[in-house]
Amino acid sequence: MMNSIIVLGVILILAILYLIFRVGSLVTVAKGDTGSKVESGNGTHAVLFVVFMIVSLVGFFWYSYVNFDNYTLPIASEHGKVTDKLFWITMGVTVVAFTIISIVMFIFIYKYRYDENRRAAFYPDNHYLELTWTIIPGIVLAVLVFTGLRAWNDITSPPSKNAEVIELIGQQFAWTARYPGKDKELGNVNFKLIDATNEFGLDLTDAKTHDDFKSLELHIPVNKEVLLKIRAKDVLHSVYLPHFRVKMDAVPGMPTHFKFTATKTTQEMRDELGNQAFNYEMACTEICGQGHFSMRFPVVVDTEEDYERWKLSQDSWLKSNPDYVKDVPAGLRESAMIKAGIPVIQEVKQATAVGSN
Amino acid sequence: MATTVHTHHEVHHDTHADEHEHHEGNFWTNYIFSQDHKVIAKQFLITGIFWALLGGILSVIFRLQLGFPEASLEWLRPVLGGWITPDGKLNQEFYLALVTMHGTIMVFFVLTAGLSGTFSNFLIPLQIGARDMASGFLNMLSYWFFFTSSVIMFISLFISTGPAGGGWTIYPPLSALPQAISGSGLGMTMWLVAMALFIVSSLLGGINYITTIINMRTRGMSFTKMPLTIWAFFFTAIIGLLSFPVLFAAALLLIFDRSFGTSFYLSDIYIQGQALAHEGGSAILFQHLFWFLGHPEVYIVLLPALGISSEIIATNSRKPIFGYKAMIGSMLFIAILSFIVWAHHMFVTGMNPFLGSIFMLLTLIIAVPSAVKIFNYVTTLWRGNIRFTPGMLFSIGLVSFFLTGGITGIFLGNSAIDIQLHDTYFVVAHFHLVMGSASFFGMMAGVYHWFPKMFGRMMDHRLGVIHFWITFVGVYMVFFPMHYIGIAGFPRRYYSFTNFAFSSGFTDLNMLVSVAAILTLAAQFIFLFNFFYSMFRGKLAPANPWNSNTLEWTTPRNPQHGNWPGEIPAVYRWPYDYSKPGAKEDFIPQNVPFSETPESNLPHENDQIKLEGSGNSGSIVIGPKH
Ligand code: HEM
Ligand SMILES: [Cu+2]
Ligand SMILES: [Cu+2]
Repeated sequence: MMNSIIVLGVILILAILYLIFRVGSLVTVAKGDTGSKVESGNGTHAVLFVVFMIVSLVGFFWYSYVNFDNYTLPIASEHGKVTDKLFWITMGVTVVAFTIISIVMFIFIYKYRYDENRRAAFYPDNHYLELTWTIIPGIVLAVLVFTGLRAWNDITSPPSKNAEVIELIGQQFAWTARYPGKDKELGNVNFKLIDATNEFGLDLTDAKTHDDFKSLELHIPVNKEVLLKIRAKDVLHSVYLPHFRVKMDAVPGMPTHFKFTATKTTQEMRDELGNQAFNYEMACTEICGQGHFSMRFPVVVDTEEDYERWKLSQDSWLKSNPDYVKDVPAGLRESAMIKAGIPVIQEVKQATAVGSN
Repeated sequence: MATTVHTHHEVHHDTHADEHEHHEGNFWTNYIFSQDHKVIAKQFLITGIFWALLGGILSVIFRLQLGFPEASLEWLRPVLGGWITPDGKLNQEFYLALVTMHGTIMVFFVLTAGLSGTFSNFLIPLQIGARDMASGFLNMLSYWFFFTSSVIMFISLFISTGPAGGGWTIYPPLSALPQAISGSGLGMTMWLVAMALFIVSSLLGGINYITTIINMRTRGMSFTKMPLTIWAFFFTAIIGLLSFPVLFAAALLLIFDRSFGTSFYLSDIYIQGQALAHEGGSAILFQHLFWFLGHPEVYIVLLPALGISSEIIATNSRKPIFGYKAMIGSMLFIAILSFIVWAHHMFVTGMNPFLGSIFMLLTLIIAVPSAVKIFNYVTTLWRGNIRFTPGMLFSIGLVSFFLTGGITGIFLGNSAIDIQLHDTYFVVAHFHLVMGSASFFGMMAGVYHWFPKMFGRMMDHRLGVIHFWITFVGVYMVFFPMHYIGIAGFPRRYYSFTNFAFSSGFTDLNMLVSVAAILTLAAQFIFLFNFFYSMFRGKLAPANPWNSNTLEWTTPRNPQHGNWPGEIPAVYRWPYDYSKPGAKEDFIPQNVPFSETPESNLPHENDQIKLEGSGNSGSIVIGPKH
């Protein structure tokens, strides 16, 4: 039903167009060749261009102003303030240039539309003009580049030593996070050790892995530098934290990182937006397969105390998967269990004692 | 005089008076396996139009999904079959396949082959005054490689695992692992084979363009008298020649990784319960190689369009193009710089940030010559006497898109700002305006402008004008709102935006975009009708319908093989003597010697008269056939 209506509609439109076209050509034939060098209605286009310019510029400014809060995301990181400022400075500069050039161009188009009694100017070049509009954009762009460079260098500079290290791992089609635990150091991993349970590929011969814990939410402390270490298991993914202006690809075989400092806790942001349902989110921005659009990872920014408390409440990976204690070298088992928070039972103690003999 | 010049064409003349045909020729040699540059150009054009239509339809299908996520697409089942899920939705992998094929088709098959292939082939010999390309045979091969490539790419749309689905940038590992996405199976293999053939085609074409321009210019056609179209095609061919082989290498290594277990791009992969053996490869290496072509490709697509619009704007403003030398200079500069900005696509891939700084610097430098071009276009319009032919309208549209889309490049080239914008709809808006729509408009402008020379008939003015206005407004309605969506952070290549709170707004804008896309696509049927109808039924075209200066308009209405029935005209002046003070007409074709125009010569041009030689007959050639 719907289909046939659409088809009919299309046929109708085509028929009307064809009629206009036929009538048009017949009229032209009837009028005969007027000898004019332009088609009739030449001036109409000049007017239409000006109308187009006015309507679209007004529409552009109006929409941008009225909907400002809809299309801008609140900023929740230190460097985000800087990059957004750069964004808006660039916007200011370019919108001024854009508006002026557009107006000038469309005015010229209108003003210099064809007129039989006029002849165009023979004006092949003017070196001063050309030099001017090479140099001025050059200078403006240079200024933008250098402010951009400063910001970029700050953002990508080495992280401070006491930054909070968190690992993010992308896979089809979910994220996981790994926290270093009390020793504040992430243990070694190897992709060949990955299996259904050991999803990080933890190398348990490295003592640093024993207290690492897994999280299905990204918790970060407010006002403290966070260093995200990023990797992927299968294909490219990309960590995207829109409110924090953070984006970095996750590459199999090449760990990447991004450091930033969050400035507002989730609660603060909720209060500021007047929306108690607000949550920070993390998305994937590198095409990775059919579930690319659904790789949502919840993000929570805590106060420093809440964050520490949350960390303490998390069980280490090894504690949640005690079967894997057998993969820990015998000599390390006892310390591993202590580190992982597993009650050390007698047999293991003995085994350890035997193993270390 | 003409009888003293014994080309084989003359000889033929005497035998069959009207049927001027190089060789006897039959349907096959004349229209299918032709070596005539004009026929090959038309073959590229028609194939390009086919692809453009298909690419457009694919985009409308995925726009339906984005604009009307709730709607049932059940009615597409007769076409898409199993790619419509049982509950009437588009399959998610097929969405990605659509996006991938749309991008591939538009960038390579439409705007590289369809644009360069058509106009380089058609215009180079005609505008420099040559009988054909340096090698007609290679030229023919170039088309048939493209055709074969097209067939393979087209078939890949219909295979059961679907066409390639990893994005037109085919980043591995996604593109290397069939387990990761079904399109990376046979579909990707066909993509790679098709692109390899495509590259061969474009290299064969490019070599021909370059040699023809260097070696076969007619008497007097020095480099500084060449129309800007030719300059643009020349730079384009050089860029293509230097960058396409890199894509070829990238694709070849990908083929090895896919089929022979090498590890150029793959390392440390655990997928579907299995750790793969690949170690030591670098996924980033592929991106460097890809963008080493990918960025120049943007200019491969854009420069011909800019050349075409320069020519059309000058002709229809009845004014010399402003800053001819600056236009060449900026194209040269762009051509060189286009090779050293590629990594601006990779700021947040984990590439060393210092490289990011360098590429940001280089990228913003390339904005300068682009700005110069815009200023020169605007100044060309200033004090002109503008005729709004459809070609001119589309050229103006091009300048407008180039401006709007170019401006947003300044944001994206700034690595600090790009952190947020990368891979969002802001990028989609940017490249569609500056590269997609601008080049597409250049192509349309070219078709309207040179149609009379291609087919000997005029396209309908009124339909052309309607086509322009709907398309011009439509393109802005499709792509301008994407800036807002992008600033709001919506990632690209997303099947749906409802999984995230931050991207669940803007259903209204997304709907508007989709509706506009459908209308814009519909308007292209006006063009199609006009194109094919006029080919057979259009008004007969005069030899020089736009009163233009360049050499192609000195050929007869339907130039035959060899282009000029008699001697090739010689060239005495640059192509932009429009509205020269003192001249009788407001245009003086390139083949008119200064000795014939004493009333309008500038002082240094009067000195040229002596050099024009005595009793030179070269200029008057189009006389009646004997
Ligand atoms: C009817 C006109 C067009 C519409 C409505 C349209 C729409 C779109 C949209 C919405 C996307 C992004 C899809 C996504 O990320 O999920 C896209 C991607 C793309 N489009 Fe278009 N487009 C059109 C014409 C063109 C033209 C003329 C070109 C030529 C350059 C082009 C080149 C591309 C490319 C290269 C991509 C990226 C593909 C990828 O992500 O792999 N498009 N198009
Ligand atoms: Cu992903
Ligand atoms: Cu680029």
